[in-house]
Amino acid sequence: MSRVDTVLLPELDGPVPATLPSALGLLSLALGVGALVAPGPVARLTGVDDSPAARSVLPAIGLRELGSAAGLLSGRRPAGWAWSRVAGDAMDLTLLGRALADRSGERRRRVALTTLAVAGITAVDVLAAVRVGRARRARARVIRMQIAVTVNRSPAEAYRFWRDMENLPRFMAHLESVRADDLRRSHWIARGPAGHRVEWDAEIIDDQPNKSITWRSLPGTRVPNAGRVRFVPAPGDRGTEVRVELRYAPPAGALGRAVAKLFGEEPEQQVRDDLRRFKQVLETGEVVRSEGSPNGISVRQQAMQRPAQPLPASRR
Amino acid sequence: MKATAWMGTDSVKVIDVPDPKIMNARDAIVRISTTAICGSDLHLYHGYIPAMRKGDILGHEFMGEVVEVGPQVRNLAPGDRVVVPFPIACGHCSSCQRGLYSVCENSNPNAGIAEKIMGHSPAGIFGYSHLLGGYAGGQAEYARVPFADVGPVKVPDEISDDQAVMLADVFPTGYMGAEMCDIKPGQVIAVWGAGPVGLLAAASARLLGAERVIVIDRFPYRLRLAEEHIDAETINYEEADVLDTLNEMTAGRGPDACIDAVGLEGHHGNAAMYAYDRAKQAARVETERPFALRQAILACRSGGVVSVVGAYGGFVDKFPMGAFMNRSLIMRTGQCHVQRYTRPLLERIQRGEIDPSFIVSHRMPLRDAPKGYKIFQKKQDDCTKVLLKV
Repeated sequence: MSRVDTVLLPELDGPVPATLPSALGLLSLALGVGALVAPGPVARLTGVDDSPAARSVLPAIGLRELGSAAGLLSGRRPAGWAWSRVAGDAMDLTLLGRALADRSGERRRRVALTTLAVAGITAVDVLAAVRVGRARRARARVIRMQIAVTVNRSPAEAYRFWRDMENLPRFMAHLESVRADDLRRSHWIARGPAGHRVEWDAEIIDDQPNKSITWRSLPGTRVPNAGRVRFVPAPGDRGTEVRVELRYAPPAGALGRAVAKLFGEEPEQQVRDDLRRFKQVLETGEVVRSEGSPNGISVRQQAMQRPAQPLPASRR
Repeated sequence: MKATAWMGTDSVKVIDVPDPKIMNARDAIVRISTTAICGSDLHLYHGYIPAMRKGDILGHEFMGEVVEVGPQVRNLAPGDRVVVPFPIACGHCSSCQRGLYSVCENSNPNAGIAEKIMGHSPAGIFGYSHLLGGYAGGQAEYARVPFADVGPVKVPDEISDDQAVMLADVFPTGYMGAEMCDIKPGQVIAVWGAGPVGLLAAASARLLGAERVIVIDRFPYRLRLAEEHIDAETINYEEADVLDTLNEMTAGRGPDACIDAVGLEGHHGNAAMYAYDRAKQAARVETERPFALRQAILACRSGGVVSVVGAYGGFVDKFPMGAFMNRSLIMRTGQCHVQRYTRPLLERIQRGEIDPSFIVSHRMPLRDAPKGYKIFQKKQDDCTKVLLKV
């Protein structure tokens, strides 16, 4: 489809993080084998060797752990299997809580230590499940778009304006600022309606003067994104076709909702409006404002127009 | 300041609003001396144009004195007396550079909405709905004029306000309607609608050398203006069959060009036809009542031009495409590219070739704007054109 897909983003294009799930799979394997082969020693170690029920429960737990181990080590649906471990942990913690209530002395100490260990493992399991799930969902949420506008300026003029990344907030409505750290790297800050700030670092990975600019976010961002803009001479001496390709993956959760709000219900419309503002700035010198749309073109504002009358002094 | 605001269907009020301020570097603020109610303001008044909000300031025909200019405006200074074209145009996009100011690519901040309805967005217009930009209009004491380095034209002292304010819209619109007919010596031009635009289209057809000009309307006082000021022949469509009469007048050829200066709220001599389109319009199945357009197409000489300057907003039914195609007709249309015409037409007024203010029937203070809308709507008191004096 789009050439921006050839720009690789580690968060979206690298393998789903697998080290932690595999380690947890090995842990499950060890626990499962232990509980099945040597329920006696395990029961002693964990301080529940006085309970007749433990002798039948422990092999069942062992079987469950072997199931989780098989799932996690298979590498398929790692998020689901990681969550199966969390569920197992919850069950174990419940059983241990009941065991702790009617024991005292050395056995109580051992049950307490076991509880502590399981609680620690639970935390690791939750972390793994969340991390793996996030990576998977990010891939599912990737948004791609290609949008173009014709600007009555030469490719060189359009390129020069865009290449100075600090100009981008002049026409990209959701950007609060872009700071150029050097000729390639820049720091971007976007702000949503609820005041959510999203920041990331980006780098220009391909720069063809007067022809195209390609950039991508640096690893570690919560909103991996990449973009390419090409400046193509418009046929018939009508300026420049500015062709933009974007690819980004909004995160999940509250931050994701904030990012979704940044781009609105119609992310393509927002980018189209960004390009309209780019055209306005290049052709007329600035973003065009009306009384009904005092901040200029914006999908959000189009939906909630104020009456077409001068703004009160307080809102200027 | 005081300003005329749209308050809902059939309701305007003069209300107090904040004074306008410079919002863009190429803005100017104009203290308005004379402003007019346009026939197309009645489309807003009647609620036929979408995306109006209660409190929108109306008015796209105005003139006055520059009181403040933005830092990028170098051709105007406070104290200049100017008339302001109704389309807002940046002057730098490729449409503007080709003289197509009313389809400026930059002046509509709400272009996204307009594109959904029209495919591409036209220019913003003062006081003409949020679809066309959400700009405050000029039926007020002051107005902010964007791209003041492109639109406003200085008016010499010998030209009166009443003459100059005609250059904001109706005279250039009528003139463009006639110009699009590509008039050659000996040609017969028919004009539907004897409102301000129709009368000035007929007058412009005369200026451009038409042999005969025929004006069609149903109000005798308006047809009389056409006869007395333009020496036009007239047809009252409530008294005569328009197609038969035009064929008779042109010995069966039909007019060489037909100008539709009526637009979306036409009336029809045939009550059944009127009821058909009025009902569809009320049900919002059709947005226009395009009688004049249909009739102009049927009347026009084969190979002739149908020039449309009456305002349309949406969709028409029963468009006689068969007649249009089989008879090699040409349609030309557009909101007027006023900036193209202001200076040449100002010079025609200066040379005494025409005084477009012959259409003005009423002058009243701004505070009487609601009354002005009412009598213009009801065609009371032989109303043709209402000027509001500030």
